[in-house]
Amino acid sequence: MISFLKFVKKETIHILRDSRTMLIALLMPVVQILLFGFAISTEVNNVNVAVVVPKWDEQIRQSVEKLASNPYITFKGEITEREIDQCLRSGKTDAIVVFAHDFDKLITQWKLNGQGNTAMQFIMDASNTNSAQAGAGYLNNILAGNLMQSNNLVETHMLFNPQMKSAFNFVPGIMGMIFILICAILTSVAIVREKETGTMDVLLVSPVRPITIILAKMAPYFILSCINLATILLLARFVLGIPMSGNLGSIIVVSMVYLLLSLALGLLISTVAKKQIVALLISAAVMLMPIVMLSGMMFPVENMPAVLKPVSAIVPARWYIDAMRKLLIQGASFGLILKDFVILVGMTVAILAIALKNFKDKLE
Amino acid sequence: MDSGTLAIEVNNISKSYGNIKALDRVSLNVKRGEIFGLIGPDGAGKSTLFKILVTLLNADEGTAKVDGLDIGKNYRDIRSRVGYMPGKFSLYPDLTIEENMEFFATLFGVTVEQNYELVAPIYKQIEPFKKRRAGRLSGGMKQKLALCCALIHKPSVLFLDEPTTGVDAVSRSEFWDMLHNLRKQGLSILVSTPYMDEASRCDRIALCNTGRVLDIDSPHNMVDKFNGNLYGIKAKDMFGLLNDLRTNASIANCYTAGEYHHALAGSSFNAQELKQNLEEKGHSNVEIKPIIPDIEDVFIKLLSNEQHQQQ
Repeated sequence: MISFLKFVKKETIHILRDSRTMLIALLMPVVQILLFGFAISTEVNNVNVAVVVPKWDEQIRQSVEKLASNPYITFKGEITEREIDQCLRSGKTDAIVVFAHDFDKLITQWKLNGQGNTAMQFIMDASNTNSAQAGAGYLNNILAGNLMQSNNLVETHMLFNPQMKSAFNFVPGIMGMIFILICAILTSVAIVREKETGTMDVLLVSPVRPITIILAKMAPYFILSCINLATILLLARFVLGIPMSGNLGSIIVVSMVYLLLSLALGLLISTVAKKQIVALLISAAVMLMPIVMLSGMMFPVENMPAVLKPVSAIVPARWYIDAMRKLLIQGASFGLILKDFVILVGMTVAILAIALKNFKDKLE
Repeated sequence: MDSGTLAIEVNNISKSYGNIKALDRVSLNVKRGEIFGLIGPDGAGKSTLFKILVTLLNADEGTAKVDGLDIGKNYRDIRSRVGYMPGKFSLYPDLTIEENMEFFATLFGVTVEQNYELVAPIYKQIEPFKKRRAGRLSGGMKQKLALCCALIHKPSVLFLDEPTTGVDAVSRSEFWDMLHNLRKQGLSILVSTPYMDEASRCDRIALCNTGRVLDIDSPHNMVDKFNGNLYGIKAKDMFGLLNDLRTNASIANCYTAGEYHHALAGSSFNAQELKQNLEEKGHSNVEIKPIIPDIEDVFIKLLSNEQHQQQ
């Protein structure tokens, strides 16, 4: 036990004296959270809209006013029919609303009968499909939605994230990514460094068991990751305003299991890699891709081709991100994430077992 | 010999890396309280043998015992009894001298104070810098620290893999003095070196090359066993001289060795005739003198004998 604590102390010194790495490890989560929270967002803001009005009337004036005053729309003024193509091509506008010649008459017809001829046309720049779709949706809501107030067929409610803030979507994703990155990279590199510099030889030619070496390596990184977890949760709650409606205890317990899983993954990588650079490449490149692409962080698992769905099931981040979404945003109870939790625990045990079995106390 | 008097016992150990035979049926014994030197150039298999004996590698064939324990069955016990200093500097550069010492002591469940006496003569030399990080030490100091760390748990057998490589001449000589001190305290030491001149500091040596042991004896006996007359020859044009000597029928073998070329006399050798012959070929300032062979000459002779046998 004493030798274990001394071991942990030695590992801690390694970390503390490598101030650059420690700084990266502690700052990376902050930067990522702030980046994804503020700078990078999938929300579509500032849709540039111009209008084509063949003949102004009161109805059109009202519609244009509504457009111009909407915070998501930047109103670019009136253009002529001939300028449409040029405006979209030059990128001056993202969308153009063309009103019908007899707009007020058509609207009145709609209001009376609930049906009629086309009264306006949206011409969208669909070179970016995301913003085109979102823009069309906005325009529909602003211009057409109000007109048909009288006979609303469908009523939509956005629960949990009524403003559709993308930060809500990203935070669980970032958590899933960052813990794997930090834990796996740092532990695998720390262990492989000992192999590369030859100190592992000296450690092995001693009465200390490999399990002690490994656990002592993991301990300080576990604590470092707990600090990161606290930072992320605090930032998410107080800077990004994520509701955190779930039970805090469950959030922490599930996250800790995920931390252990990430550390075990780092350990597993270290048993395969012989050079630090290889360990780094495996943990950064090979891990990162599936997490970003397959975990549901960016693209919903439901949309994946059938071939990729089972692949996504073996990406641990998928289950963690799912659990965190439910806990942080939906405020689900522990019972609802039980499946995710059990899968994560199972994966942790399996990876740890393989890694320990793979960790040889000889050089070959 | 029984294992009671042997610190290390190696029987027909072989080891291959793919097609390369790193060790080819190596056998040797190291007595207790002896400094045994493995002498040979790079690629002789010295480090591989060390790694097998400290149980880091498994041998392909053969058996070995360290401190009376089998390297296969009892490898865990061996690990707590030996001190191992690998060829590469293998301490933590970001830890201070003091921290390195303490860490390696706890690794073996002892404290620095407990065995301070054993390491004191060496440790005192670096103690003034104990707050300095190991990465910022000079080669000689690193080597002393590494030796201290390998000794701190009072091992019964010490394995030093090329401890003097990359260390200045003064530190090297000091290092050998330290080893002799340790031997007096009953330690058995297996040490390897590519420097032939260090062979004389060992009690017994094994000359090895490309995974094979050429001969095992005390350095003194090795030189005594050298049968054949060795001459040092020099002239103004040393390179031309070497070529001419190598093609000369009265010379069995000739090689560079510093100021003089060393030439092993053949049966028809006559110094006077050779000098004449060389001067006829245009060499000036020819000097021929008999010399006493050293370990390097022994090594080269053994090597050429072996090559002749193979042919």
